[in-house]
Amino acid sequence: MKAQTRWDVVCTVEDLVPDSGIAVWTKAGPVAVFYLPHRLPALFAVSHTDPFSGSNVLARGITGDVGGEPVVASPLYKQHFSLRSGLCLEDDGVRLKTYPVLLDGDRILLELPVSAGLAEFQAA
Amino acid sequence: MSKQTLIVIGNGMVGHHFLEQFVQSPAADSFQILVFGEEKQLAYDRVHLSEYFAGSSHSDLAMGTVDWYETNDIDLHLNEQVTAIDRYNQVVSTPKGVYQYDQLILATGSYPFVPPIAGNDHDGCFVYRTLDDLDAIRSSANNAKTGVVVGGGLLGLEAANALKSLGLQASVVEFAPRLMPVQLDDQGGALLRYKIEELGVQVHTEKATTAIVPGTDARLRMNFSDDSHLETDLIVFSAGIRPQDTLARDCGLEIGERGGIVINNQCTTSDPKIHAIGECALWNNRIFGLVAPGYTMARTLAAALNNDNEAAFTGADMSTKLKLLGVDVGSIGDAHGQTAGARNIRFHDEQTGHYRRMVVSSDGKKLLGAILVGDNSHYDTLLQYALNGLDLPGNPEVLILPETEGGAPTLGADALPDTASICSCHNVTKGDICGAIDAGCTDLGGVKAETKASTGCGGCTALLKKVVDSELEKRGVEVCTDLCEHFPYTRQELFHLVKVNGIRTFRSLLNQYGKGQGCDICKPTVGSILASCWNDHILATDHVPLQDTNDTFMANMQKNGTYSIVPRIPGGEITPDKLIVLGEVAKEYNLYTKITGGQRVDLFGATLSELPEIWEKLISAGFETGHAYGKSLRTVKSCVGSTWCRYGVQDSVGMAILLESRYKGLRAPHKVKMGVSGCTRECAEAQSKDFGVIATEKGWNLYVCGNGGMRPRHADLFATDLSDEALIQAIDRIVMFYVRTADRLQRTSVWLENLEGGLEYLKQVVLEDSLGIGAELEQHMAEIVDTYQCEWKTAVEDPEKRKRFREFVNAPERKDPVQQWTSERGQRRPVLELASL
Repeated sequence: MKAQTRWDVVCTVEDLVPDSGIAVWTKAGPVAVFYLPHRLPALFAVSHTDPFSGSNVLARGITGDVGGEPVVASPLYKQHFSLRSGLCLEDDGVRLKTYPVLLDGDRILLELPVSAGLAEFQAA
Repeated sequence: MSKQTLIVIGNGMVGHHFLEQFVQSPAADSFQILVFGEEKQLAYDRVHLSEYFAGSSHSDLAMGTVDWYETNDIDLHLNEQVTAIDRYNQVVSTPKGVYQYDQLILATGSYPFVPPIAGNDHDGCFVYRTLDDLDAIRSSANNAKTGVVVGGGLLGLEAANALKSLGLQASVVEFAPRLMPVQLDDQGGALLRYKIEELGVQVHTEKATTAIVPGTDARLRMNFSDDSHLETDLIVFSAGIRPQDTLARDCGLEIGERGGIVINNQCTTSDPKIHAIGECALWNNRIFGLVAPGYTMARTLAAALNNDNEAAFTGADMSTKLKLLGVDVGSIGDAHGQTAGARNIRFHDEQTGHYRRMVVSSDGKKLLGAILVGDNSHYDTLLQYALNGLDLPGNPEVLILPETEGGAPTLGADALPDTASICSCHNVTKGDICGAIDAGCTDLGGVKAETKASTGCGGCTALLKKVVDSELEKRGVEVCTDLCEHFPYTRQELFHLVKVNGIRTFRSLLNQYGKGQGCDICKPTVGSILASCWNDHILATDHVPLQDTNDTFMANMQKNGTYSIVPRIPGGEITPDKLIVLGEVAKEYNLYTKITGGQRVDLFGATLSELPEIWEKLISAGFETGHAYGKSLRTVKSCVGSTWCRYGVQDSVGMAILLESRYKGLRAPHKVKMGVSGCTRECAEAQSKDFGVIATEKGWNLYVCGNGGMRPRHADLFATDLSDEALIQAIDRIVMFYVRTADRLQRTSVWLENLEGGLEYLKQVVLEDSLGIGAELEQHMAEIVDTYQCEWKTAVEDPEKRKRFREFVNAPERKDPVQQWTSERGQRRPVLELASL
C-alpha cells in the first residue's frame, strides 16, 4: 500500500536562487530545494539534513554535475549527493530522502506524506 | 559437500587482516568461519591507540564493522574467551559452549610484560594494551596530576603521549641507558630524549625500580636501585610484550624457550590442523612485535590454506617510521651496524635537532641500515636503497645531507626495480603497479582501487604518485592537470583566459571553455579568479552559486551548521569601546567567544538568520568583515613596536595596519597571512607567515612564503632595509604574481617551492622586473585596492541579499531543530548527536 501523500506549497519562484539551493520547513522536516535553470527538469528537492554530520545544511552546498549527474556537495564534509536519487556518490550505503517537486504558476509544491511521522521535528 | 569449520581465536588487527584476505579467496566457500574475541569490541587499530585520548572513539579506530562480518557470513563471538583447546577431539571450549574445528588459527597476540616489582599491583598501576586499559587509565587520571611510564621503547613513548594528552605531567623511566634502545643508537637516543624533555616529558634512564610503595606527596612512590625515588599518581607499565601462548601451551603445542607458539614457514604449528599468526607466533626463534610482519603472516596463511605451495613467511623487515610525541623517528635494517665490516656516515645538526646515520657495507656500495631522529623526510628513499639492495651513489652522504638547491635528493621512480616494495601494508610492489597500469588503469585513483596500494597507513602516498606518474609518462599517457571534468585547463590557464578575454561570469567561461554544469571544485576556483580580476561583490547574483558556503554567507560554518564571526581588527589593535561592543554583541546572541591566533576575536554559534542582525550592530560600531571565511588576506599580526617597546626600532603596529588595510579583501588562490615585528626579537613571529616584515635600524626586512600549520616552512629573506614605499611595491608585485600563477588552493610556500628558478627567479621578477610586468602587477593591485568594499556592509544594506540569510524561506521564525546546546567553562557549546544513517 502506498503511503498517502499531498502536494503542499512550500515557497514561490521569488525565493529560489538559480544554480543554488534554499531550505524550506515542511511537515516532513527541513527540505532543500534546488533550482538548476540550465537543465530539465530544473527543480529538485532532497532532505536538508546532512547524514554525515546530522546538521541541517545541504541547501547551502555547491551544486553541479559529476559525469552528467546533477549533484550537491555537502558544505561540511564535501560528499556529493545525486539530486535525482539522493544517493551519496562516495558511500552507496547512504541515500537522502527525495521529494517530487513541481512548479505551478509561481508557486513551488512538494509531494509530502500526509502523516509525516517525524516526531522529533514536530516537537521542536 | 558439507562445509568444514575454521575457527579464529583472537579478533585483533592481524586476525582481522587474515579474515579480509581469506574471505576473498576461493577456499572461503568451503569453510564456515567462527571468530572468538576476548574483548567486547571489534578489532581495532592498536597502532593508533593514543589517539583514543585525543578524541578518537572506538569506531574511529575500528578495522571493520559488524555489517562486514555479517555480509561475509562470519560467525562473530565477541566478549567470549576461549578457555581450552582439545586437539584430540578437535574442539575449543568457552564459558558458553564447545565448538568443533577442522582448521584452527591462533591470533591471540601478546600481553604487556609487567616487571616483577614489589607493589606492582597497587591501585594506580596500569598496562597499556586495550581500550579497556585506556578507559581505566582515563578514569584514574581524573584526579591525578602526574604519571610515569615504565619503559622507554616505542610503546612506552606512545603511552607517555597518551598520559600527556590526558593533561598529566608525564615521565618515562627506562632501564637501559637510552630511549628506544632497540631502534636507536646513543646519539639518536640522546637527541630524542632532549626533544621529548623540551615537550615537558621528563626522562629517567638507567633506572631499575625495586619497589612501589604509597607516596607522601602523590599516591605512589617508586624506589630505584640507586636509592633515588620518584613520586607519582599513576604508573603505566609498557616494558615490552610477551606472546599470549597460554592456550597453546596448555594443549601441548610446541612453545619456544622464552615463549611463543613455534610455527614453520607456512605459519603452521606442531599440530598440522593448528596455525598461529602475529605476535603470539615464534618463527625462527623470533617474535615480531610490529603489525606489518603480522599482516605478512596473515597473507601467507590465507594463501597456504588455498593450497598455494609457494606461500612462505621468510622473516620480515623491521624498519619503522614513527612520530613519537610529535618527534620523527626512523630506524631501518641493521641500524646498529652489526654486519661485519659495516661503516657509518653520520650527520648531526644540533641547531635544527636532526640526526641521521647511514650504515653502509664495507665496500661502501650498499645501504645496510639507517637511523633518523627529528626529520623522517629521508626515510622513504633510504628504505628503498636498503630493501632492494640498490647500488648507492658515489657520494652516498648526499642522501642524508640537508636540503640544498633543488630539494632533498630523492630516488627517481625509474631507478627502482620491479620487485621494490612500494606499499608494505598491502605488499604492493612496483611490478604490481606497472601491471595495473598495463591492465588499463590510467590514473592514481584507479591504481589505488586496483592494487590497494596506499590505502593502509598512507605513508607511501607520495612515492606511489611518483611511480604512477613516471610509468604513465613512459607509456606516453599525458598526466592530466585539468582542474576537473568541466575544464580541461589549470587554474593558471583559466586565470589568463578570464583576464585576456574580459570574461566576467562563470556561465560565460563555461560556455566558451568548459562543458557540463560545473562542480564544487571549479565553481569556487573560478569565483576566486573572477574576484581577483574584477573585484565584484561576491554576493552579486551571478557569483552566489559559485561560492563555498563560507563565502556565500561570509562566515565560517561549524560542525552543527551554525557560523562563527570574525570582525577585522587591523594589526590586532582595538579600542576599549570596540572591545565592549564585541562583548555586548556576544552576550546578546549568546556566542561562544575565543581569541584567535591572529590577534582577533572569534564569535561562535550564530545561526544563519542572526548573521545580518549581528553584522548590522558590528558595522554601526565601526567594524568591518575580517574575511576569515575567504581565500584572501586574513590578519597582519604585529608586536607593539617602537611606540611602547623599549627595544622597538620602527612602528610595527602602524605598518601592520597599513598592510592590512591595503590587502584586505583581495581574493587569492588560498589564504594569506602577514606579520610585522618592530625589531629583530621578532615577537610577531613574522617569519612563519606568507609575508613577514621585520624592522631594522634603516627600514624593513621582507621575508616571503613562510607557513605555519600542517607543514611549517620558515620564510625566506627576500630583501633588506626597504623603505615603506619599496616594501609596499615589493609586496604588491609578489602578491599579484602569486594570484596570477599559483594553483588552486596552493599556499605561497608550495607555490615558491614549485616555481621554476625558486627564490632567485622571484627576486628577478619582482626586484629587477625581468619580465617587464612590474608596472602591470602594481596597476592591477591598485585597481583592487580602489574598488574595495566591506562585503558585509553591502550585504546588510541590500534587502535582496539579506533574503539569502533566511534559515527556512517559508518559516522565518523557525529555529533549526537540531541545534542543541550545553554549557562548558561558562560558555555555550553545541551538543550534536549524529542522526542515524
